[in-house]
Amino acid sequence: MLLLLATALFTLGLTGVVIRRNVLVMLMCMELMLNGVNLSLVAFAHQLGETVGAVLVFLVFVVATAEIAIAIPIVLLLVRRKRTLDLEAFTDLKG
Amino acid sequence: MIDTVLASLDTVFLYVFAGCAFLSAALMLFLKEPMRVALALISCMVFLGGVYGLLGVHFIAAFQVLIYVGAVMVFMVYAIMLLDPRDESMKARYSHFLWPGAVGYVLLVEALAAGVMNDLPGPPRGPAGEPFTLKAFAEVFLSEYWLHFELTSVLLVAAVVAALAVIRVNRRESRG
Repeated sequence: MLLLLATALFTLGLTGVVIRRNVLVMLMCMELMLNGVNLSLVAFAHQLGETVGAVLVFLVFVVATAEIAIAIPIVLLLVRRKRTLDLEAFTDLKG
Repeated sequence: MIDTVLASLDTVFLYVFAGCAFLSAALMLFLKEPMRVALALISCMVFLGGVYGLLGVHFIAAFQVLIYVGAVMVFMVYAIMLLDPRDESMKARYSHFLWPGAVGYVLLVEALAAGVMNDLPGPPRGPAGEPFTLKAFAEVFLSEYWLHFELTSVLLVAAVVAALAVIRVNRRESRG
């Protein structure tokens, strides 16, 4: 049951990254994906009685914090340049 | 009678929290304003913290609430408040990847759910009591996985330096 919930959270997050238009909402959907992965790690650790899962969960916490600490200033810079959060405005970034 | 009710109460709460977490995650795809999406994500994380607490990993539940809800989401809400609410992207919800994304979602759910269902090792064992305590976790974390612990601190230092660099780009642009 927990693994199914983790799957649901991960896929919902991935779909949100694909279909939403607002950059901040996409970032939040990425956080949702990380939460799904965390839940699956905890579920495995709980089933197997191992501590490795919990260690990995902590590492994911740290990575998520670092990611958000970098991503939000970048988003603010992008908004400052284009005056919008709309992802379509940044299509000229592709090479 | 009371004992059986109390024993099944944990399971009931587990299902309730899991259902609420799923509902608020699904709501994130449909809400329009970023602030509401952020609130849905916060409630999803709090419910997941409840799930962790019911599974017996209380320290992960505490860190889920402290780090995710307390730090990450407060930062996110702060960023939303800095931005202009009259922006077009606050009104239009979906990009033109909506239908490919929806189709991909259905396919991905089918593939992953089939994988999860096939690989489940029989019926999941019931809650096995306390799986591990904070003491056992801390000992393993700081003796066996000390290298990873140190590497995460290196990662955090790199993140701080990168954030400073981003701020410097910002300053240079506003000056020139």
